Amino acid sequence: MEYLFIIISAIFVNNIMLAQFLGTCPFIGVSNKLSTATGMSMAVCFVMTLATLVTYLLNKYLLLPLGLDFLQTIAFILVIAALVQMVEIVLKKVSPSLYQALGIYLPLITTNCAVLGVAINVVTKQFTFGGGPAHMLNLGEAVVYSFATALGYGLAMVIFAGLREHLALNDVPEDFKGVPIAFITIGILALAFMGFSGIV
Amino acid sequence: MSKWQLITKGLVKDNPTFVLLLGMCPTLATTTSAINGLSMGLATLFVLVLSNMAISAIAPVVPDKVHIPVYIVVIATFVTLLQFLMQAYTPDIYATLGLFIPLIVVNCIVLGRAEAFANKHGVVDSALDGLGVGAGFIISLTVLGMVREILGTGSVFGWKFITGDGILAFVMAPGAFLCMGYLMVLFNKYLKK
Repeated sequence: MEYLFIIISAIFVNNIMLAQFLGTCPFIGVSNKLSTATGMSMAVCFVMTLATLVTYLLNKYLLLPLGLDFLQTIAFILVIAALVQMVEIVLKKVSPSLYQALGIYLPLITTNCAVLGVAINVVTKQFTFGGGPAHMLNLGEAVVYSFATALGYGLAMVIFAGLREHLALNDVPEDFKGVPIAFITIGILALAFMGFSGIV
Repeated sequence: MSKWQLITKGLVKDNPTFVLLLGMCPTLATTTSAINGLSMGLATLFVLVLSNMAISAIAPVVPDKVHIPVYIVVIATFVTLLQFLMQAYTPDIYATLGLFIPLIVVNCIVLGRAEAFANKHGVVDSALDGLGVGAGFIISLTVLGMVREILGTGSVFGWKFITGDGILAFVMAPGAFLCMGYLMVLFNKYLKK
């Protein structure tokens, strides 16, 4: 039950993009077409879950026991950058077709603040789900939370890419063209997602 | 390009937020009020100037293949330094801005200036460039914060001049996107010539 609360909360209520503003740059950048948006979402899912797993373990078994938790920022960004490189190399060898699909999005993910943001959040913040007490996440919860967060990011991106494909065909006033109208659309989408607040 | 142009170009012509669309996450997330936007801008300016100077100084000796990881470590070092300073001297602001202080590491403005400017120019020029771009970022964040604070709570810099409640949605997530969109329209129409 707890896990269900985490999943609903991470996907809908506290959507990482529409409620927490993490990962806006790639969100605007690759949401022009539905196909690129799907590719990016899959890559984020993959890397975010893996990165949270690794940084959680690193923090718990290396940084905290040694009293080095002030190095979190530096250590985490390095781990993420190295992880992205490794995923790229492994994918290239093991599954060329998946590499083809995710290839160009992987390097972009290093600077996606959603990945670093979730990694830092799960080790520093207390969470409350379903009216339960506030607590730090354990490993299982952290992994489920990061995966669900990535799904929420993907959902927002796919919805927005669909909207944007329609926007491109419409007659938008000159000064609104491109990014401004995109922001206004995201604003309305975020208003819609506010309707989920309070269900978990 | 004269020294003065280095500072002024970031304000309007190459404004990092409204023209280059860099550093969107902190821009949207921390501008719930004018003072929060200003603090975030100052924090970014601090990292930007110092990392620009350090990177311009070490750039000639960094091997080309590993220059991105090296730059990121330099930036992350200054961010950690900033975290310590803020925890010590401005704990309230640090608590409000929270996650977005460590996230300056992945702010594309900082790495962007390192790649596009600091590694090709001298220490002084790079510092001025950091100042200029940082100032542009501060202005955008403060303006966005002011607009959202006025619409959301009827006050500006905490000084309440409209009685009654504001439109709460403007302090929350949707308002950030809407205000950003409309401010960008105004910027395109009147300033970007």
